[in-house]
Amino acid sequence: MSLETEIKFTLNGRPVAVRVPATMKTLTMLREVLGLTGTKYACGEGECGACTVKVDGKTLNSCLMHAVDCDGRELVTIEGLKTPEGMNPMQQAFVDHGAVQCGFCMPGMIMQADYLVGENPRLTREEAQRGLEGNLCRCTGYTKVLDAVASVAEKKCCGRL
Amino acid sequence: MQDIKTYMTPCSVGEAVKAMAAGGVTAFCGGTDLSPQVESGARQYTATLMNIRRIEGMGGIAEQGDSIRIGALTTVTEIRRDPLIAKVAPILAEAAEHFASDQIRNAASVGGNICNASPAGDMINPLLVLDAEVELARWQDGAVATRRVAMADFFLAPRKTVKRDDELLTAIVFKRPAADFVGYFRKSGPRPALEISTVSVGIGGRMSNGVFRDVRVAMGSVAPTPLRARNVEAALEGKPLNADTIRAAVAATSADAKPIDDVRASAWYREHLVKVFTEEVLNHVLGN
Repeated sequence: MSLETEIKFTLNGRPVAVRVPATMKTLTMLREVLGLTGTKYACGEGECGACTVKVDGKTLNSCLMHAVDCDGRELVTIEGLKTPEGMNPMQQAFVDHGAVQCGFCMPGMIMQADYLVGENPRLTREEAQRGLEGNLCRCTGYTKVLDAVASVAEKKCCGRL
Repeated sequence: MQDIKTYMTPCSVGEAVKAMAAGGVTAFCGGTDLSPQVESGARQYTATLMNIRRIEGMGGIAEQGDSIRIGALTTVTEIRRDPLIAKVAPILAEAAEHFASDQIRNAASVGGNICNASPAGDMINPLLVLDAEVELARWQDGAVATRRVAMADFFLAPRKTVKRDDELLTAIVFKRPAADFVGYFRKSGPRPALEISTVSVGIGGRMSNGVFRDVRVAMGSVAPTPLRARNVEAALEGKPLNADTIRAAVAATSADAKPIDDVRASAWYREHLVKVFTEEVLNHVLGN
């Protein structure tokens, strides 16, 4: 039995307290302990970005992050992106542009895309492409993903969001 | 896998190294190297798991006299975006730009990339060109004792360094490069992102009146450790940088680069790439 530690953190705006084994990864905690299955497990080694979440405002691979390291921090998962009015603008843009094929990479892709336009409201299509290098789509549908991200960046840039 | 008996989150270097003196500590920050290595069985946890991220004073980038000090916990993203690094050591910012992916750069620490001691570590190459030293702390006679080791002397073998198990790498320090210092970094892999370098070459030195001095050449993925290419350096040092000098430097690469065949590339391809990159980087220096 591996050592368990109690941690407290903010998850999608709400305080959470949970006991986790010291070796457990954040992704496993989210999916199996807290029941938030929007964040996906794919490669398990930081290559594909399906498990992307925001920690203290920065995206990272939750499959590589020890769950104990969440203590005292602020996590946002795909479940936390929605607003009282419905989907957040990035989620809506992915729907409007038909950017979703099988959908498995989408939670990670949207988290990273949302982070990129948050960091840089003047994000160009080329910068979006570079910023999404850590997110793989095995359906290879990157063009519509970039269309969606570019549309949000364009709206942000001219103050419509 | 060994059971973890203790999980620690020290707040000071003293607290951390005191615990490390007792042995059996696995330290981690971002976990981007540790996690897949444990998962694949290449590495195992020890009895104490230590999260070093919350240690005070081990992050951030600052000027100290004529030196630049980078705390070991500084993330690759922080290096990539730091205005001081962009100004005084753009070669380091350039390497950070080509490091893995955004998500990895946001989590990975520069100290972790060095301690992982991969021959392909992308922060190591530019730091060798900057002639950086690492600061190692340990607990001795009831207090924190530190020593400095040149990066060029730090690596012993893949995953092996001169850092003892009871030592913590706390910072990286290098002299502020002179105003006429130019340095460039080039790496290669089959795709631009998330690629473990097939070969990397970094070259820097002072360029004045067409003469290249204080030349430092670093190579990655061409030997068991990241290395300073002393033969290439000798071919360049104090010479006017022209086509003949560049030809001699390219020829000298075979005395320094001793690559192997592995899953990422064959030895002959790496030998070829190292020549191409050396020529490219030197032409870049010349064009500046």
